[in-house]
Amino acid sequence: MPQENENKSVSGTGLRLKVGLAEMLKGGVIMDVMNVEQARIAEEAGAVSVMALERVPAMIRAEGGVARMAKPSLIKQIIQAVSIPVMAKARIGHFAEAQILQAIGVDFIDESEVLTPADETHHIDKHAFTTPFVCGARNLGEALRRIAEGAAMIRTKGEAGTGDVVHAVQHMRQIVKEMKALTVLSEQELYAAAKEHQAPYELIRMVARTGKLPVPNFSAGGIATPADAALMMQLGAEAIFVGSGIFMKERATPLDVENDPAEREEAVSRAKAIVIATTHYNDPKILAEVSEQVTGTMKGLAAAAIEESQLLQTRGW
Amino acid sequence: MSAESERPRIGVLAIQGDYAAHADALAQSGATPVEVRKPEELEDLDALIIPGGESTTMLKFLERGKLFDELRSFCQSHPVFGTCAGAILLAREVRNPPQASLGVLDAVIERNAYGRQIDSSILFSDTRLPGGKLEMVFIRAPRIIETGPEVEVLAHRDGRPTLIRQGKVMAATFHPELTPDDRRVHQAFVDLVKSTPSITRKVS
Repeated sequence: MPQENENKSVSGTGLRLKVGLAEMLKGGVIMDVMNVEQARIAEEAGAVSVMALERVPAMIRAEGGVARMAKPSLIKQIIQAVSIPVMAKARIGHFAEAQILQAIGVDFIDESEVLTPADETHHIDKHAFTTPFVCGARNLGEALRRIAEGAAMIRTKGEAGTGDVVHAVQHMRQIVKEMKALTVLSEQELYAAAKEHQAPYELIRMVARTGKLPVPNFSAGGIATPADAALMMQLGAEAIFVGSGIFMKERATPLDVENDPAEREEAVSRAKAIVIATTHYNDPKILAEVSEQVTGTMKGLAAAAIEESQLLQTRGW
Repeated sequence: MSAESERPRIGVLAIQGDYAAHADALAQSGATPVEVRKPEELEDLDALIIPGGESTTMLKFLERGKLFDELRSFCQSHPVFGTCAGAILLAREVRNPPQASLGVLDAVIERNAYGRQIDSSILFSDTRLPGGKLEMVFIRAPRIIETGPEVEVLAHRDGRPTLIRQGKVMAATFHPELTPDDRRVHQAFVDLVKSTPSITRKVS
Protein backbone atom coordinates (compact mmCIF):
# COMPACT_ATOMS: atom_id res chain seq x y z
CA MET A 1 0.00 0.00 0.00
CA PRO A 2 1.39 3.43 -0.92
CA GLN A 3 0.27 4.86 2.43
CA GLU A 4 2.38 2.35 4.33
CA ASN A 5 5.43 2.88 2.12
CA GLU A 6 5.14 6.60 2.62
CA ASN A 7 5.00 6.27 6.40
CA LYS A 8 8.00 3.97 6.53
CA SER A 9 10.43 5.98 4.43
CA VAL A 10 12.69 8.42 6.24
CA SER A 11 11.38 11.28 4.10
CA GLY A 12 7.72 10.17 4.13
CA THR A 13 4.92 12.49 5.20
CA GLY A 14 4.31 10.69 8.50
CA LEU A 15 7.89 10.82 9.66
CA ARG A 16 8.33 14.42 8.48
CA LEU A 17 5.46 15.50 10.71
CA LYS A 18 6.80 13.50 13.64
CA VAL A 19 10.33 14.89 13.29
CA GLY A 20 8.76 18.31 12.69
CA LEU A 21 7.36 18.39 16.23
CA ALA A 22 10.75 17.28 17.61
CA GLU A 23 12.30 20.22 15.69
CA MET A 24 9.92 22.63 17.47
CA LEU A 25 11.12 21.39 20.87
CA LYS A 26 14.82 22.02 20.16
CA GLY A 27 16.61 24.30 22.58
CA GLY A 28 13.92 23.69 25.17
CA VAL A 29 13.31 21.73 28.38
CA ILE A 30 10.83 18.86 28.73
CA MET A 31 9.84 18.38 32.37
CA ASP A 32 8.46 15.32 34.18
CA VAL A 33 5.24 16.22 36.02
CA MET A 34 3.03 14.13 38.29
CA ASN A 35 0.01 16.42 38.69
CA VAL A 36 -1.77 19.46 37.27
CA GLU A 37 -0.03 21.92 39.61
CA GLN A 38 3.43 20.72 38.56
CA ALA A 39 2.38 20.93 34.90
CA ARG A 40 1.28 24.55 35.41
CA ILE A 41 4.58 25.39 37.12
CA ALA A 42 6.48 23.81 34.22
CA GLU A 43 4.53 25.80 31.61
CA GLU A 44 4.86 29.01 33.60
CA ALA A 45 8.62 28.46 33.88
CA GLY A 46 8.89 28.10 30.09
CA ALA A 47 9.05 24.31 29.53
CA VAL A 48 8.46 23.39 25.86
CA SER A 49 6.61 20.23 26.87
CA VAL A 50 5.68 18.15 29.92
CA MET A 51 5.98 14.40 30.45
CA ALA A 52 2.94 13.18 32.39
CA LEU A 53 3.66 10.32 34.79
CA GLU A 54 2.48 8.97 38.12
CA ARG A 55 5.90 8.62 39.73
CA VAL A 56 9.14 10.30 38.62
CA PRO A 57 12.11 7.94 38.15
CA ALA A 58 13.62 8.76 41.60
CA MET A 59 10.39 7.52 43.25
CA ILE A 60 10.15 4.44 41.02
CA ARG A 61 13.71 3.60 42.02
CA ALA A 62 13.03 4.11 45.72
CA GLU A 63 9.61 2.44 45.90
CA GLY A 64 10.11 -0.45 43.49
CA GLY A 65 7.14 -2.41 42.11
CA VAL A 66 6.01 -2.56 38.49
CA ALA A 67 6.14 0.85 36.81
CA ARG A 68 3.45 1.18 34.12
CA MET A 69 1.94 3.81 31.82
CA ALA A 70 0.29 6.65 33.78
CA LYS A 71 -3.48 6.58 34.35
CA PRO A 72 -5.36 8.04 31.37
CA SER A 73 -7.39 10.26 33.71
CA LEU A 74 -4.19 11.90 35.02
CA ILE A 75 -2.82 12.41 31.51
CA LYS A 76 -6.12 13.94 30.36
CA GLN A 77 -6.16 16.37 33.31
CA ILE A 78 -2.66 17.51 32.40
CA ILE A 79 -3.59 17.87 28.71
CA GLN A 80 -6.51 20.08 29.81
CA ALA A 81 -4.33 22.17 32.12
CA VAL A 82 -1.57 23.30 29.70
CA SER A 83 -1.29 24.57 26.12
CA ILE A 84 2.16 23.06 25.45
CA PRO A 85 2.60 19.51 24.03
CA VAL A 86 2.12 16.65 26.49
CA MET A 87 4.24 13.49 26.41
CA ALA A 88 3.70 10.21 28.28
CA LYS A 89 5.68 7.01 28.73
CA ALA A 90 4.83 3.50 27.55
CA ARG A 91 6.73 0.38 28.66
CA ILE A 92 9.33 -0.99 26.22
CA GLY A 93 7.47 -3.26 23.78
CA HIS A 94 4.03 -2.46 25.23
CA PHE A 95 2.28 -1.39 22.05
CA ALA A 96 -1.16 -1.58 23.68
CA GLU A 97 -0.15 1.11 26.20
CA ALA A 98 1.10 3.14 23.23
CA GLN A 99 -2.24 2.65 21.42
CA ILE A 100 -4.03 3.98 24.50
CA LEU A 101 -1.69 7.00 24.72
CA GLN A 102 -2.30 7.78 21.05
CA ALA A 103 -6.08 7.48 21.54
CA ILE A 104 -5.93 9.96 24.46
CA GLY A 105 -4.19 12.51 22.20
CA VAL A 106 -0.72 12.50 23.77
CA ASP A 107 1.64 14.48 21.47
CA PHE A 108 4.78 12.33 21.94
CA ILE A 109 5.19 8.81 23.37
CA ASP A 110 8.38 7.90 25.25
CA GLU A 111 9.07 4.17 24.95
CA SER A 112 11.00 4.26 28.18
CA GLU A 113 13.43 2.11 30.13
CA VAL A 114 12.26 3.97 33.24
CA LEU A 115 9.10 1.84 33.22
CA THR A 116 9.26 -1.94 33.69
CA PRO A 117 9.84 -3.51 30.24
CA ALA A 118 6.90 -5.50 28.80
CA ASP A 119 8.83 -7.36 26.09
CA GLU A 120 12.38 -8.68 26.40
CA THR A 121 12.86 -9.12 22.64
CA HIS A 122 10.83 -6.57 20.70
CA HIS A 123 10.54 -2.81 20.91
CA ILE A 124 7.30 -1.21 19.66
CA ASP A 125 6.88 -0.92 15.87
CA LYS A 126 6.66 2.84 15.95
CA HIS A 127 5.88 3.15 12.22
CA ALA A 128 2.44 1.77 13.01
CA PHE A 129 1.53 4.94 14.94
CA THR A 130 0.59 8.50 13.94
CA THR A 131 1.90 9.84 17.25
CA PRO A 132 5.68 10.38 17.27
CA PHE A 133 7.96 8.40 19.59
CA VAL A 134 11.12 9.23 21.51
CA CYS A 135 13.43 6.41 22.64
CA GLY A 136 16.53 6.24 24.80
CA ALA A 137 19.96 5.16 23.58
CA ARG A 138 23.41 4.61 25.05
CA ASN A 139 25.31 4.36 21.78
CA LEU A 140 24.91 4.96 18.05
CA GLY A 141 23.81 1.42 17.19
CA GLU A 142 21.01 1.53 19.73
CA ALA A 143 19.92 4.98 18.48
CA LEU A 144 19.80 3.79 14.86
CA ARG A 145 17.90 0.60 15.75
CA ARG A 146 15.23 2.76 17.40
CA ILE A 147 15.15 5.11 14.39
CA ALA A 148 14.75 2.08 12.10
CA GLU A 149 11.71 1.11 14.20
CA GLY A 150 10.28 4.60 13.63
CA ALA A 151 11.49 6.77 16.52
CA ALA A 152 11.31 10.48 15.62
CA MET A 153 13.59 11.60 18.45
CA ILE A 154 16.46 10.02 20.37
CA ARG A 155 17.50 10.91 23.90
CA THR A 156 20.49 9.70 25.87
CA LYS A 157 19.36 7.27 28.55
CA GLY A 158 21.75 8.47 31.25
CA GLU A 159 20.69 6.98 34.58
CA ALA A 160 17.21 8.25 35.37
CA GLY A 161 16.18 9.25 38.87
CA THR A 162 19.68 9.79 40.23
CA GLY A 163 20.38 13.50 39.73
CA ASP A 164 23.84 12.27 38.65
CA VAL A 165 24.71 13.47 35.15
CA VAL A 166 27.69 11.13 34.62
CA HIS A 167 25.92 8.56 32.43
CA ALA A 168 24.11 11.15 30.34
CA VAL A 169 27.57 12.57 29.58
CA GLN A 170 28.97 9.12 28.83
CA HIS A 171 26.14 8.26 26.42
CA MET A 172 26.22 11.60 24.61
CA ARG A 173 30.00 11.45 24.18
CA GLN A 174 29.72 7.86 22.95
CA ILE A 175 27.08 8.69 20.30
CA VAL A 176 28.95 11.81 19.12
CA LYS A 177 32.28 9.93 18.97
CA GLU A 178 30.77 7.07 16.97
CA MET A 179 29.11 9.47 14.54
CA LYS A 180 32.39 11.35 13.98
CA ALA A 181 34.19 8.06 13.37
CA LEU A 182 31.73 7.12 10.60
CA THR A 183 32.34 10.35 8.67
CA VAL A 184 35.93 9.40 7.83
CA LEU A 185 35.16 5.85 6.62
CA SER A 186 35.17 4.93 2.93
CA GLU A 187 32.02 3.62 1.24
CA GLN A 188 33.42 0.08 1.40
CA GLU A 189 34.01 0.30 5.14
CA LEU A 190 30.41 1.33 5.89
CA TYR A 191 29.09 -2.22 5.37
CA ALA A 192 31.31 -3.55 8.15
CA ALA A 193 30.42 -0.52 10.30
CA ALA A 194 26.73 -1.43 9.93
CA LYS A 195 27.55 -4.92 11.15
CA GLU A 196 29.56 -3.63 14.10
CA HIS A 197 26.88 -1.20 15.20
CA GLN A 198 24.14 -3.78 14.52
CA ALA A 199 22.25 -1.07 12.67
CA PRO A 200 20.72 -0.81 9.17
CA TYR A 201 23.26 0.04 6.47
CA GLU A 202 21.09 2.87 5.02
CA LEU A 203 21.04 4.69 8.37
CA ILE A 204 24.78 4.16 8.92
CA ARG A 205 25.40 5.66 5.49
CA MET A 206 23.15 8.62 6.25
CA VAL A 207 25.07 9.37 9.48
CA ALA A 208 28.42 8.94 7.67
CA ARG A 209 27.37 11.62 5.17
CA THR A 210 25.91 14.17 7.58
CA GLY A 211 27.81 13.48 10.82
CA LYS A 212 24.53 13.60 12.75
CA LEU A 213 21.47 11.50 13.52
CA PRO A 214 18.60 11.72 11.01
CA VAL A 215 16.30 12.79 13.90
CA PRO A 216 16.87 15.28 16.74
CA ASN A 217 19.17 14.10 19.54
CA PHE A 218 18.10 15.20 23.04
CA SER A 219 19.55 14.42 26.46
CA ALA A 220 18.01 12.80 29.54
CA GLY A 221 18.90 10.80 32.63
CA GLY A 222 20.34 12.58 35.68
CA ILE A 223 20.22 16.25 34.66
CA ALA A 224 19.47 18.17 37.88
CA THR A 225 21.00 21.67 37.71
CA PRO A 226 21.31 24.57 35.24
CA ALA A 227 25.00 23.68 34.88
CA ASP A 228 24.10 20.06 34.01
CA ALA A 229 21.74 21.32 31.28
CA ALA A 230 24.43 23.64 29.86
CA LEU A 231 26.99 20.80 29.94
CA MET A 232 24.75 18.47 27.91
CA MET A 233 23.91 21.22 25.39
CA GLN A 234 27.60 22.00 24.93
CA LEU A 235 28.28 18.31 24.39
CA GLY A 236 25.82 18.29 21.49
CA ALA A 237 22.33 17.73 22.95
CA GLU A 238 19.62 19.62 21.06
CA ALA A 239 17.23 19.83 24.04
CA ILE A 240 16.97 18.62 27.64
CA PHE A 241 14.67 16.29 29.56
CA VAL A 242 14.55 16.91 33.31
CA GLY A 243 12.91 14.19 35.34
CA SER A 244 13.41 14.17 39.06
CA GLY A 245 15.59 17.31 39.18
CA ILE A 246 12.83 19.91 39.51
CA PHE A 247 10.12 18.57 41.78
CA MET A 248 12.16 16.34 44.14
CA LYS A 249 14.02 17.07 47.37
CA GLU A 250 16.39 14.73 49.22
CA ARG A 251 16.58 11.49 47.26
CA ALA A 252 13.00 10.61 46.39
CA THR A 253 10.57 12.95 48.18
CA PRO A 254 8.47 15.29 46.04
CA LEU A 255 8.36 18.98 46.94
CA ASP A 256 4.85 19.81 48.17
CA VAL A 257 4.02 22.37 45.47
CA GLU A 258 0.30 22.20 46.18
CA ASN A 259 0.33 23.15 49.87
CA ASP A 260 3.71 24.62 50.79
CA PRO A 261 4.43 28.04 49.19
CA ALA A 262 8.16 27.86 50.01
CA GLU A 263 8.51 24.45 48.36
CA ARG A 264 6.48 25.66 45.35
CA GLU A 265 8.85 28.62 45.05
CA GLU A 266 11.82 26.26 45.15
CA ALA A 267 10.42 24.19 42.28
CA VAL A 268 9.69 27.35 40.27
CA SER A 269 13.23 28.65 40.81
CA ARG A 270 14.77 25.37 39.61
CA ALA A 271 12.48 25.08 36.60
CA LYS A 272 13.08 28.66 35.43
CA ALA A 273 16.84 28.41 35.92
CA ILE A 274 17.13 25.21 33.87
CA VAL A 275 15.04 26.72 31.06
CA ILE A 276 17.25 29.83 30.89
CA ALA A 277 20.45 27.76 31.13
CA THR A 278 19.33 25.58 28.19
CA THR A 279 18.89 28.63 25.91
CA HIS A 280 22.05 30.42 27.09
CA TYR A 281 24.12 27.23 27.42
CA ASN A 282 27.16 28.95 25.92
CA ASP A 283 27.07 32.06 28.10
CA PRO A 284 28.84 31.45 31.45
CA LYS A 285 27.85 34.87 32.82
CA ILE A 286 24.14 34.12 32.44
CA LEU A 287 24.69 30.55 33.71
CA ALA A 288 26.29 31.99 36.86
CA GLU A 289 23.36 34.37 37.39
CA VAL A 290 20.68 31.69 37.04
CA SER A 291 22.61 29.16 39.11
CA GLU A 292 22.64 31.70 41.92
CA GLN A 293 18.85 32.07 41.79
CA VAL A 294 18.21 28.37 42.41
CA THR A 295 17.08 27.49 45.92
CA GLY A 296 17.90 23.87 46.75
CA THR A 297 18.76 20.87 44.58
CA MET A 298 17.77 17.23 44.93
CA LYS A 299 20.37 15.35 46.94
CA GLY A 300 20.36 12.55 44.42
CA LEU A 301 22.09 9.22 44.29
CA ALA A 302 25.59 8.71 42.87
CA ALA A 303 25.22 6.46 39.83
CA ALA A 304 28.47 4.65 40.70
CA ALA A 305 26.87 3.45 43.95
CA ILE A 306 24.04 1.65 42.12
CA GLU A 307 24.37 -2.10 41.66
CA GLU A 308 24.54 -3.22 38.04
CA SER A 309 21.22 -5.09 38.32
CA GLN A 310 19.44 -1.93 39.53
CA LEU A 311 20.47 0.21 36.54
CA LEU A 312 17.57 1.37 34.34
CA GLN A 313 19.76 2.13 31.31
CA THR A 314 20.48 -1.54 30.54
CA ARG A 315 16.79 -2.13 29.77
CA GLY A 316 16.26 -2.23 26.00
CA TRP A 317 19.03 -3.04 23.54
CA MET B 1 29.60 46.79 -3.69
CA SER B 2 30.80 43.20 -3.24
CA ALA B 3 28.38 40.28 -3.41
CA GLU B 4 28.88 39.66 0.31
CA SER B 5 27.81 43.16 1.31
CA GLU B 6 24.59 42.72 -0.66
CA ARG B 7 23.60 39.78 1.51
CA PRO B 8 21.28 41.17 4.18
CA ARG B 9 22.05 40.15 7.78
CA ILE B 10 18.87 38.58 9.10
CA GLY B 11 18.51 37.63 12.75
CA VAL B 12 16.78 34.42 13.83
CA LEU B 13 15.35 34.50 17.36
CA ALA B 14 17.12 31.52 18.99
CA ILE B 15 15.40 31.20 22.38
CA GLN B 16 14.27 27.74 21.29
CA GLY B 17 12.51 26.09 18.33
CA ASP B 18 13.60 25.29 14.78
CA TYR B 19 15.87 28.32 14.43
CA ALA B 20 18.61 26.22 12.80
CA ALA B 21 16.23 25.22 9.98
CA HIS B 22 15.46 28.92 9.37
CA ALA B 23 19.16 29.77 9.36
CA ASP B 24 19.73 27.11 6.65
CA ALA B 25 16.81 28.46 4.61
CA LEU B 26 18.14 32.03 4.84
CA ALA B 27 21.66 30.99 3.85
CA GLN B 28 20.17 29.28 0.78
CA SER B 29 18.11 32.38 -0.07
CA GLY B 30 20.91 34.93 -0.32
CA ALA B 31 21.01 36.18 3.29
CA THR B 32 23.39 35.82 6.24
CA PRO B 33 21.62 34.38 9.31
CA VAL B 34 22.54 35.58 12.82
CA GLU B 35 21.27 33.87 16.01
CA VAL B 36 19.63 36.29 18.47
CA ARG B 37 19.27 35.48 22.19
CA LYS B 38 19.98 38.86 23.80
CA PRO B 39 18.78 42.44 23.09
CA GLU B 40 22.24 43.66 22.05
CA GLU B 41 22.33 40.99 19.33
CA LEU B 42 19.59 42.89 17.44
CA GLU B 43 22.05 45.67 16.64
CA ASP B 44 23.13 45.99 13.01
CA LEU B 45 20.54 43.50 11.76
CA ASP B 46 18.48 44.24 8.65
CA ALA B 47 15.54 42.04 9.61
CA LEU B 48 14.40 39.24 11.94
CA ILE B 49 12.72 35.84 11.78
CA ILE B 50 10.80 34.47 14.75
CA PRO B 51 10.84 30.68 14.25
CA GLY B 52 8.46 27.86 15.05
CA GLY B 53 8.58 26.41 18.55
CA GLU B 54 6.47 26.92 21.65
CA SER B 55 5.06 30.44 21.79
CA THR B 56 4.54 30.30 25.58
CA THR B 57 8.22 29.39 26.13
CA MET B 58 9.36 32.25 23.91
CA LEU B 59 6.94 34.69 25.54
CA LYS B 60 8.09 33.82 29.09
CA PHE B 61 11.64 34.46 27.97
CA LEU B 62 10.82 37.79 26.37
CA GLU B 63 8.87 38.96 29.39
CA ARG B 64 11.65 38.07 31.83
CA GLY B 65 14.36 40.29 30.38
CA LYS B 66 14.27 43.55 28.44
CA LEU B 67 13.91 41.58 25.23
CA PHE B 68 10.12 42.08 24.83
CA ASP B 69 10.30 45.89 24.46
CA GLU B 70 13.50 45.80 22.41
CA LEU B 71 12.03 43.19 20.10
CA ARG B 72 8.79 45.11 19.67
CA SER B 73 10.54 48.30 18.70
CA PHE B 74 12.78 46.33 16.30
CA CYS B 75 9.70 44.70 14.72
CA GLN B 76 8.00 48.11 14.35
CA SER B 77 10.92 49.48 12.34
CA HIS B 78 12.36 46.47 10.46
CA PRO B 79 11.11 43.67 8.20
CA VAL B 80 10.08 40.66 10.28
CA PHE B 81 8.77 37.17 9.47
CA GLY B 82 7.16 34.77 11.96
CA THR B 83 6.28 31.12 11.39
CA CYS B 84 3.77 29.28 13.59
CA ALA B 85 4.82 30.31 17.14
CA GLY B 86 6.48 33.34 15.52
CA ALA B 87 3.23 34.32 13.79
CA ILE B 88 1.45 34.04 17.16
CA LEU B 89 3.98 36.41 18.76
CA LEU B 90 3.56 38.99 15.95
CA ALA B 91 -0.27 39.07 16.00
CA ARG B 92 -2.44 41.86 17.37
CA GLU B 93 -4.52 39.39 19.40
CA VAL B 94 -4.02 35.75 20.49
CA ARG B 95 -6.79 33.33 21.53
CA ASN B 96 -6.94 29.78 22.99
CA PRO B 97 -5.70 30.81 25.49
CA PRO B 98 -5.32 34.61 25.29
CA GLN B 99 -1.69 35.67 25.75
CA ALA B 100 0.49 38.74 25.26
CA SER B 101 2.01 39.43 21.84
CA LEU B 102 4.15 41.99 20.05
CA GLY B 103 1.13 43.35 18.15
CA VAL B 104 2.88 44.38 14.93
CA LEU B 105 0.60 42.39 12.60
CA ASP B 106 -3.07 43.32 12.19
CA ALA B 107 -4.42 39.79 12.70
CA VAL B 108 -6.20 37.68 15.30
CA ILE B 109 -4.73 34.21 15.68
CA GLU B 110 -5.99 31.10 17.49
CA ARG B 111 -3.41 28.67 18.96
CA ASN B 112 -3.53 24.88 18.40
CA ALA B 113 -6.57 25.50 16.20
CA TYR B 114 -6.57 22.20 14.30
CA GLY B 115 -6.04 19.94 17.32
CA ARG B 116 -3.07 18.07 18.74
CA GLN B 117 -0.02 16.45 17.11
CA ILE B 118 -2.08 13.58 15.60
CA ASP B 119 -3.95 16.28 13.63
CA SER B 120 -0.75 17.78 12.17
CA SER B 121 -0.64 17.58 8.36
CA ILE B 122 1.16 18.43 5.14
CA LEU B 123 -1.11 20.18 2.60
CA PHE B 124 -0.74 22.14 -0.64
CA SER B 125 -2.17 25.57 -1.48
CA ASP B 126 -2.49 27.86 -4.45
CA THR B 127 -0.24 30.79 -3.79
CA ARG B 128 0.37 34.29 -5.07
CA LEU B 129 4.09 33.49 -5.03
CA PRO B 130 5.35 32.50 -8.49
CA GLY B 131 5.97 28.80 -9.25
CA GLY B 132 2.78 26.83 -8.64
CA LYS B 133 1.36 25.14 -5.56
CA LEU B 134 3.05 25.60 -2.22
CA GLU B 135 3.70 22.80 0.29
CA MET B 136 2.58 23.69 3.81
CA VAL B 137 3.82 21.69 6.84
CA PHE B 138 1.39 22.25 9.73
CA ILE B 139 2.55 21.15 13.22
CA ARG B 140 0.03 21.76 16.04
CA ALA B 141 -0.75 24.79 13.93
CA PRO B 142 -2.51 28.04 14.79
CA ARG B 143 -5.23 29.58 12.57
CA ILE B 144 -5.54 33.21 11.47
CA ILE B 145 -9.18 34.05 12.17
CA GLU B 146 -9.25 37.79 11.41
CA THR B 147 -7.08 40.12 9.35
CA GLY B 148 -7.04 43.89 8.94
CA PRO B 149 -7.59 45.73 5.61
CA GLU B 150 -3.88 46.12 4.85
CA VAL B 151 -3.15 42.39 5.08
CA GLU B 152 -2.44 40.59 1.80
CA VAL B 153 -3.15 36.83 1.69
CA LEU B 154 -0.49 34.77 -0.15
CA ALA B 155 -1.71 31.21 0.65
CA HIS B 156 -4.64 29.63 2.45
CA ARG B 157 -6.21 26.52 3.99
CA ASP B 158 -9.98 25.93 3.92
CA GLY B 159 -10.53 29.59 3.04
CA ARG B 160 -8.45 30.89 5.97
CA PRO B 161 -5.13 32.67 5.37
CA THR B 162 -1.95 30.68 6.11
CA LEU B 163 0.67 33.02 4.63
CA ILE B 164 0.15 36.76 4.91
CA ARG B 165 2.00 40.02 4.38
CA GLN B 166 1.32 43.46 5.77
CA GLY B 167 3.89 46.02 4.66
CA LYS B 168 7.23 44.67 5.88
CA VAL B 169 5.72 42.03 8.17
CA MET B 170 5.20 38.44 6.97
CA ALA B 171 3.63 35.54 8.86
CA ALA B 172 2.95 31.85 8.14
CA THR B 173 0.91 29.43 10.24
CA PHE B 174 2.90 26.58 8.64
CA HIS B 175 6.65 25.85 8.47
CA PRO B 176 8.25 26.79 5.12
CA GLU B 177 11.63 26.17 6.80
CA LEU B 178 10.74 22.44 6.90
CA THR B 179 10.38 22.20 3.09
CA PRO B 180 14.08 22.17 2.16
CA ASP B 181 13.55 21.77 -1.60
CA ASP B 182 11.35 24.87 -1.97
CA ARG B 183 12.72 28.16 -0.66
CA ARG B 184 10.16 30.49 -2.30
CA VAL B 185 8.78 31.81 1.00
CA HIS B 186 12.20 32.66 2.45
CA GLN B 187 13.20 34.10 -0.91
CA ALA B 188 10.12 36.35 -0.84
CA PHE B 189 11.13 37.56 2.62
CA VAL B 190 14.76 38.17 1.63
CA ASP B 191 13.50 40.11 -1.43
CA LEU B 192 11.24 42.14 0.87
CA VAL B 193 14.24 42.90 3.11
CA LYS B 194 16.35 43.95 0.13
CA SER B 195 13.61 46.27 -1.18
CA THR B 196 13.05 47.91 2.24
CA PRO B 197 14.95 51.16 2.77
CA SER B 198 17.49 50.21 5.39
CA ILE B 199 17.74 51.78 8.81
CA THR B 200 20.86 49.98 9.91
CA ARG B 201 22.41 48.66 6.71
CA LYS B 202 25.68 50.34 5.96
CA VAL B 203 25.88 51.58 2.37
CA SER B 204 29.39 51.02 1.17
